[in-house]
Amino acid sequence: MLDLYSPGRSVLHRTRPAPKMLGLMVAATLLFLNQSLLITIIATTGILLLYPIAQLSPKQAITQVRPLLWVFILFFAIQWYFSGIELAAYVVLRLAALIWLASLVTLTTRSSDMIDTMTRALHVFKPLGVNPEKVSLAISLALRFIPVLAQITTEVREAQKVRGLERSVIAVAMPMAIRAIKMADEISDAIDSRGYRS
Amino acid sequence: MIELKNVSLSFGTRTVLSDISLHLSERRIAILGANGSGKSTFARLLNGLAQPTSGEVLVDGLNTLKKARDVRRKVGFVFQNPDNQIVMPVVEEDLAFGMKNLGYSKENIIAKSDEILARYHMSDLREHPAHLLSGGQKQLLAISGVLVMEPQILVMDEPTTLLDLRNKRRITRAVAALTQQVIMVTHDLDLIADYDRAIVIDGGRVFADGKPAKVIPAYQELMA
Repeated sequence: MLDLYSPGRSVLHRTRPAPKMLGLMVAATLLFLNQSLLITIIATTGILLLYPIAQLSPKQAITQVRPLLWVFILFFAIQWYFSGIELAAYVVLRLAALIWLASLVTLTTRSSDMIDTMTRALHVFKPLGVNPEKVSLAISLALRFIPVLAQITTEVREAQKVRGLERSVIAVAMPMAIRAIKMADEISDAIDSRGYRS
Repeated sequence: MIELKNVSLSFGTRTVLSDISLHLSERRIAILGANGSGKSTFARLLNGLAQPTSGEVLVDGLNTLKKARDVRRKVGFVFQNPDNQIVMPVVEEDLAFGMKNLGYSKENIIAKSDEILARYHMSDLREHPAHLLSGGQKQLLAISGVLVMEPQILVMDEPTTLLDLRNKRRITRAVAALTQQVIMVTHDLDLIADYDRAIVIDGGRVFADGKPAKVIPAYQELMA
């Protein structure tokens, strides 16, 4: 998701966001309803075959799941211990397939197009008090600032490591929270400055 | 033109700016001052991001308190840290953000984005994720995001502080080529040597005001 859009002119790039997002929802639901390891393997292979069709490299596919490698290993070990290797493979593969599928949508869809589609879809909730424009801005800001927050976390961790505090959650969390709040103030000013009507 | 009339600003019991009256009409104006002198707060007053506790700030006769939205359309603001100013995840989306807010048509947004990206040699970065840009590219994007909104005045709060020498020169050249009035908060004395006017803020008051050739030595003496 953090890799965001990867420019290209493939069929998937040219497909409108709505069918892709709908397809993601349907495929994800079917993946969860499915109980068979064989079908999960076939589905995962199918999803991975879509990467070259979308002009995406194997490296990009690996990048999508690499941050969760330890989670996969942990899930696999627990499931193997309690329920056997077949269920362990099924659980982990299903999770990986979902991530690859969701990433395929974000890698081939401009976030602005995706957000515009979500904004249009959210208009049905307007009578319930939902403000689609505010929701779309919140999503955009989240996409924009997750990498920035990750960078801040790295900086704070390194700073605390130098002081021998890398194992202290508070020593990392406190400066991070303070920087994030300060940053939020300035972002809010920047949004105001650029003519946003709240 | 920006006019400050007996402007004071306090946060609780702490006075940040005290009884400042100025006419800002020169094409290039530098605001100098030590850390904590109140110069960034001063800059924020100029487009209504901060409001005076007493006195008033007028931009072409518009009061920043009563006409904040109109004032912000006239006065663009560039922050020190571009990471906090770029609000959209992709370069072209960030450029479009301000223009969409002002109600520009899609064709106009594309045309203006094309023009500004070409001007700063960033056309190939149009679809690039903003967080992967270099520091200089981020600052140019932040400036571009403001310029496409066509402000008459640009207030910049230390835009070169976080940059290396090459990127600092890049931003300096970009600012020098602007047709707008520029009010630049900075510590960088080389940057403002050829400016029309320099103002030193110290302890929330105007300490020195005039041509940079006269003001810079006074500032250096103050900082000694």
